[in-house]
Amino acid sequence: MEGVVVLLNCFVSPFGNRVRIALKFKGVAYEEKAENLAAKSPLLLSSNPVHAKVPVLIVDGKPVCESLVILEFIDDGFSAAGAPPLLPADPYARAHARFWASYVDTKLNEAGMRVWRSPKGATAAVEAARKDTVAALKTLEAELGGKPYFGGDALGYVDVALVPFAPWFLTYERFGGFTVAAECPALAAWADRCVRENTCVAESLPEAEHVFQFVCGMRKAFGLD
Amino acid sequence: MARVGGELKLLGLWASPFVTRAKLALQIKGLSYEYVEEDLGNKSELLLSSNPVHKAVPVLIHNGKPVCESSVIVQYIDDAFAGSGPSLLPADPYQRAVACFWAAYLEDKMLTPWGRVFKVKTDEEKAEAMRQTIAAVDVLEDGLKECSGGQGPFFGGDSVGYVDILLGGMVSWVKASEPLSGSKLIDAEKTPLLAAWMERFCELDAAKAVLQDVDRVVEYAKLVMTKNAARASNNN
Repeated sequence: MEGVVVLLNCFVSPFGNRVRIALKFKGVAYEEKAENLAAKSPLLLSSNPVHAKVPVLIVDGKPVCESLVILEFIDDGFSAAGAPPLLPADPYARAHARFWASYVDTKLNEAGMRVWRSPKGATAAVEAARKDTVAALKTLEAELGGKPYFGGDALGYVDVALVPFAPWFLTYERFGGFTVAAECPALAAWADRCVRENTCVAESLPEAEHVFQFVCGMRKAFGLD
Repeated sequence: MARVGGELKLLGLWASPFVTRAKLALQIKGLSYEYVEEDLGNKSELLLSSNPVHKAVPVLIHNGKPVCESSVIVQYIDDAFAGSGPSLLPADPYQRAVACFWAAYLEDKMLTPWGRVFKVKTDEEKAEAMRQTIAAVDVLEDGLKECSGGQGPFFGGDSVGYVDILLGGMVSWVKASEPLSGSKLIDAEKTPLLAAWMERFCELDAAKAVLQDVDRVVEYAKLVMTKNAARASNNN
């Protein structure tokens, strides 16, 4: 695939950071434009008129939206010498990977959002969200099993789908009153391994404290405190 | 129908639009399979062991290995039986991404609020959920235009593809919407392309073989809503 590659992203977005990781993993040269979600650029609004959300990957002027759709697009469209596929070739293994990526979005992200988005004092809602978040993390940990990565011996599609949520763990922990290391030690170790052993991950993820500060800012802006 | 590449079993529920998606895909690809009707009040051991995470239908079991989640199942059928029947997704990566974008839109923006219609307690909440669903159908009309590229009535152009199957599974429920809520979900006056799509889709042999009887779906939906309302008032 030829052409200029542009990524519209917000540095804390786990969805946007999935795309960063995939582009770096594949060795694709790209330009990143940081979006201010409170003041979206004309480029974002015209590239993603349906959702007006990041990430958007623009290749030769043509936009691709939705992070998991973008991951598969990158996998299909960019092959560099030595860059392995993110999704396995075997249809069953692909289905397995897609199932778990979908689980991250529908179960972990949904519950995690409820942990940090609940208004101050909504103790019951936060407690319910904490339970659901921990349950989702434990389910993911069980799926990881004894493997170094969800993809097996190396980073794969599910790893790339999940690891951008790792910088959000601190935010979940502080608002939810639990620690990932205590509840899911193997998953915490996996997150560290992803960063330690993969430059594409280390270079793509924000500091957990920065995510927390960002969320605190958002809460103030939405009057949740 | 060809028996291609091993044993296929589908665990389902007749009323489920998600199960219907899997049936449509199997039918369109010309694949024979064993169908097992589940009782969701008394789930089989096979269902519970095949889908321990969600304990839900549909589950497609191919040579003993389970695949779960309707959209994942449809893609799996396309991948694993690539030589059988038409391709459900475009070959071009960009066109494929466009199709997958609209598939995701369908799930997140139309089906999520629509599901709430059957679960929420008050008439206000139902009306709001319906409003969101109908708003999504309006946007989906643009999606149909984009995906088909003017090549035909389907999202796949002149032949049925991935998004057609995902929406196609919902058709009997779409038709049930007017008797149930008084609102047409797909209205020829507001979304003419989608209305034409629905008509053409229902003419397909696969659709005739698989789509549920609308009156049965209406009765089933009323039962579900009554049960949910009773459960809600018991919890109050």
